[in-house]
Amino acid sequence: MNKVLILFAHPRTDRSEVNIEMANAARSVEGVTLVDLYESYPSFEIDVELEQQRLLEHDIIIFHHPVYWYSSPAILKEWQDLVLEYGFAYGSEGRALEGKIAFNAVTCGARREVYTKEGAYQNELRELFAPFEQTFLLCRMQYLGPFAIFAAGHAVEENRLDGHIADYKRLLQALVAGKLDISGAEKAKTLSDNLDTLISKTAEVK
Amino acid sequence: MEFLHDAFIYLFAAVAAVPLANRLGLGSVLGYLIAGIIIGPVFGFVGSETEEVKHFAEFGVVMMLFLVGLELRPSMLWEMRSKLLGLGGMQVFITMGLIFAGGLIAGLVWQSALAIGMTLALSSTAIVLQTLSEKGWMKSPPGQSAFSVLLFQDIAVIPMLALMPLLAIQAASGGGDGHHGGGLDGLPGWLQTIVILAVIGGIIVAGRYLMRPIFRFIAAARLREIFTAAALLLVIGIALLMELIGLSPALGTFLAGVVLSGSEYRHELESDIEPFKGLLLGLFFISVGAGIDFNMLFGQPGLLFGLAVGIMAIKLLVLLGLGKMFKMRGADLWLFALALAQAGEFAFVLFGFAESAGVLVSSVAKLLTLAVALTMLLTPVLFIIYEKIIAPRAVTPDDRDPDEIEESGTAIVAGVGQFGLVVSRMLTTNNYNVVVLDHDPNLIDLLRQIGIQTYYGDATRPDLIHTAGATEATLFVAALDDREKQTQLVTHVAHHYPNCRIIARAIDHHHVYELEAAGAHHIERGLFESALSAGRQALVELGEHPFKAERQARAFRQHDRHTIDSLRESWMSGGVNKGYIDVARARAEELFGVMQSDRMAERHDSSERGWTPPPKGAKVIPADDDK
Repeated sequence: MNKVLILFAHPRTDRSEVNIEMANAARSVEGVTLVDLYESYPSFEIDVELEQQRLLEHDIIIFHHPVYWYSSPAILKEWQDLVLEYGFAYGSEGRALEGKIAFNAVTCGARREVYTKEGAYQNELRELFAPFEQTFLLCRMQYLGPFAIFAAGHAVEENRLDGHIADYKRLLQALVAGKLDISGAEKAKTLSDNLDTLISKTAEVK
Repeated sequence: MEFLHDAFIYLFAAVAAVPLANRLGLGSVLGYLIAGIIIGPVFGFVGSETEEVKHFAEFGVVMMLFLVGLELRPSMLWEMRSKLLGLGGMQVFITMGLIFAGGLIAGLVWQSALAIGMTLALSSTAIVLQTLSEKGWMKSPPGQSAFSVLLFQDIAVIPMLALMPLLAIQAASGGGDGHHGGGLDGLPGWLQTIVILAVIGGIIVAGRYLMRPIFRFIAAARLREIFTAAALLLVIGIALLMELIGLSPALGTFLAGVVLSGSEYRHELESDIEPFKGLLLGLFFISVGAGIDFNMLFGQPGLLFGLAVGIMAIKLLVLLGLGKMFKMRGADLWLFALALAQAGEFAFVLFGFAESAGVLVSSVAKLLTLAVALTMLLTPVLFIIYEKIIAPRAVTPDDRDPDEIEESGTAIVAGVGQFGLVVSRMLTTNNYNVVVLDHDPNLIDLLRQIGIQTYYGDATRPDLIHTAGATEATLFVAALDDREKQTQLVTHVAHHYPNCRIIARAIDHHHVYELEAAGAHHIERGLFESALSAGRQALVELGEHPFKAERQARAFRQHDRHTIDSLRESWMSGGVNKGYIDVARARAEELFGVMQSDRMAERHDSSERGWTPPPKGAKVIPADDDK
């Protein structure tokens, strides 16, 4: 069984429609630890020791956040700057995270087609997340395509929310159970586009 | 020494019977009544003076209405108007009509029947309010409805008293005006009306504008007993004034209470009057018990119990019907109806008055007075039936408007120096309900001007904490300047209100341990954060980069917290002893190291972390190294 750590970064959970539901659903999945960063460190004073300990105790790390300016809210950047230390996460001696899996679980304001070569943003979401990808690769980790909920601001009105939450929960359960096709997921543009084919129902993939 | 002798018997009976009755779940009212029966009719320790005692003790009802008024803001009273007039009015008139008809059927002349109807329509403010507040039902919807009815009844007493002499069927047997009239009898009707209106207006105006400076002046003297004396003086003065103009003293003090309910001295007044009210009401209940005429009771037990049960049945049916009309349901309806089914203490006055006014023949008056006492005796039993049988069975419907949850999420802030003030302002500006307690009249005045609800009083007094609403409060902020008082306060709140979170301000870090032991949940040293902030700014002024200064402040804070943790044990075991001093010294030296770590040039060790670059020449890219 894999242990999953979700680092949840949302500065305004009081106004959240989708992310808060994702977080609540994640909390209910066995094998998942969810850390609300803005709740734990309201003044950005991140406990580096504690955070590193958490990383060591888990196999899969998820950055869960809404997309702000093609990236994450500020606290998650602060977290990376402080926790992924030389000698711990990277450098010739820094092999603490080697082999672990990481990806982003995000909500986007724009629709799926906007995040394409032909779309307004001229890039896939995964391409825009290159800094995340490279960070994890430098830490000798495996980076998967993002799990993304597009046009999240309309999910409730368009009655998509329950489906999204169920998908997210299914993904987390598959990760815990080791039933996600990791090599497929490493190549995927997103995990959400074709979740069904990535989740193996029969054999353990990993 | 006759007085002390009697006082001893009454007090002894109360002290012996009431805690026992409470322990048995019978409530204090039944305890007092039983105590009265034991010292009166059963053992005969007290005798004829009970009537006098009863009249004296009725003043407890006056005080109780003053306290009820204090709890009630004018706006709340205005919101109650439909219940007050509709529910209260209909209850009095319909019950009166039914009993009047019953009296006629029983063969009484119509004047007597009407007098009895009017009298028995009233319920016992003393028993009902005492029980409702004891059980915590006062603010519940049925409690509020019951209160509206009682209030209307108190108003209705005035025309009833005026009507009695007109119903006389024979020449008054002398002294018919003993209770009514007072100083205004010589005046013509229109002038009486003007005087009455002027007095009521005077009470409102004086309560609003005159009492606050007076109370402030008295409070500034810092003599508790004088404040208590002033509170008693106020209540007694208004009662006398009301009697002088022929209005009900209870109504007058109620009005004064409502006017003063917005004042900062409200909680202090409550705490001061409360014990007097409690004792007087207790005395009143004892005298009711003691006054039961056992000879008469055992002479005609069937008739008397029949009367008592009949009266209660009629009242109960009327109340149930009206309750339904006013959309009460289930357990709420039953509580409302059972609570008000007895006849009230005004009956003792009104029957006595009716007898002397020649409206009732003496034998009927005596019989009815005893029946009334029996209904009062049975009332606590009805409350027990409600509590043990009806309430548990009623499924509490959860469809009530959440807005009706009274004053939840309230915070109490004790002590508003700079510290308490900032906390209170943060909470009020975030729309939390804050009750502030302090003992500096000038400061209170100032805070009220900027719109913070502030009450005068010594925050270490248990009764004041209670009346400020600690039972319902979610949070208690202890911010007193006095170290000992502060610890005392936290101990008290932690012990008596376990559901209340406590944030406490400590003077120094030894005080932190004391407050922890006292039961505070979160402790903040009063000067630590501001001093840290000043220290950070000092570094900036001396030329450090602001973010460097910020980092040093954070490191200092963290080290300091750890120091408090590491010193806790030796403090607990020996206070400031050798072990404590050793640990403290070691920590102080360590701090020097923490602050200096940045200076250790190029070395990259674990003592320096946070936005540091990798060491020079380090292999960073995986492809570079031996992977």
